[in-house]
Amino acid sequence: MDKYGLYVPKLAPRKEYFAPGHRACVGCGEMLAVRQVCKALGRETIVINSTGCIEIVSSLFPQTTWEVPWMHTLFENAAAVASGVESAIKVMQRKGKYRDKKVNILAMGGDGATADIGLQALSGAFERGHDLLYVCFDNEAYMNTGIQRSSSTPYGAVTTTSPTGKKSIGQQTQKKNLPAIAVAHNIDYVATASPAYPFDLMDKVKKGVNTKGPAYIQVFSPCPTGWRSPGELSVALARLVVETGVFPLFEVVKGKYKMSMEFEKLRSIKDYMKPQGRFRHLTEDDIDTIQARVIEEYNKLKEKAYGQ
Amino acid sequence: MFSWKEIPIGAIVTAPGSAKEYRTGDWRSQRPEWDLAKCIKCGLCYIYCPDASIGWKQDDGYPWWDEYHCKGCGICANECWTKAIHMVEETE
Repeated sequence: MDKYGLYVPKLAPRKEYFAPGHRACVGCGEMLAVRQVCKALGRETIVINSTGCIEIVSSLFPQTTWEVPWMHTLFENAAAVASGVESAIKVMQRKGKYRDKKVNILAMGGDGATADIGLQALSGAFERGHDLLYVCFDNEAYMNTGIQRSSSTPYGAVTTTSPTGKKSIGQQTQKKNLPAIAVAHNIDYVATASPAYPFDLMDKVKKGVNTKGPAYIQVFSPCPTGWRSPGELSVALARLVVETGVFPLFEVVKGKYKMSMEFEKLRSIKDYMKPQGRFRHLTEDDIDTIQARVIEEYNKLKEKAYGQ
Repeated sequence: MFSWKEIPIGAIVTAPGSAKEYRTGDWRSQRPEWDLAKCIKCGLCYIYCPDASIGWKQDDGYPWWDEYHCKGCGICANECWTKAIHMVEETE
């Protein structure tokens, strides 16, 4: 099925490559995103997974959730191992030891594995131009080890290593702009996606994997446990984050920015922050500061998309 | 379970998707219930289920849910356009 532009969930491929029975928390937005990514990629896929929630919940020995070949690597080298897998397949195809068919190489990791620990391996893979797709599941902290801050945690969010108090507002630095770092490597395809827009996500994954050379997709993945939000609101939060402009959806094809979702008027950031316990301590002034920054960033992005 | 002598070399798992045998449905504290008169068979609950526990019946096209794996998160009830799904407390 290639017509993901239609909003008809029944047209999505029925086969699950990320089977039920994984031990993720109730209402996990990350597993929803993984499931949609796997649906889009199909059977001819090799998954290289760095340490994180996805690896922990899906591979409790002696069982596995994956129905495609899957490999666990360390935090720092998912992109490096994926490069090796891609090169090995290329060599084996040249020697006639492997069937002559395109194999999708998918490297995946959380935001900690991508933005902090695995950034240099990722940068290397982009620079060498391996034909792979790297998907970062961004839940904005190290959720697996117990909600420590990562460089992808937004300003003002409470984590166990950025607590709130008299002298602290929670996380004190701004979120690292990973898609911009990927764009700076001059790779052909960079995109952001959200599981609340499943057809947009599947479409982007298909485009990314069919791009010759490296592609990078950042998927927003709500985490009810780490964000202190109700489990049933995971998809609603993944939608609100786009509607408020905190995590705008866009794609960058060969350096050209293009917005995927556009809104005439962005919703107030309060709608997004209210259900989440990690933003509960923020005062009106703090929220105004964050709102101003969100609008500034959104306008910068719009300028990139329409400016030239 | 295995004894140490039976563990495969490299601790690889050869059966794909074997986690299906694990009953995550035991974690559930609430269950979804369908009001089929309101259901428009759109399939939104299917695409938004993190546990892949919703599908369709072959004969009439209405959704069914997988009691064995559903963790009862309530995303389907929250996202349903026509509010055909509501969550009820598990009483067993």
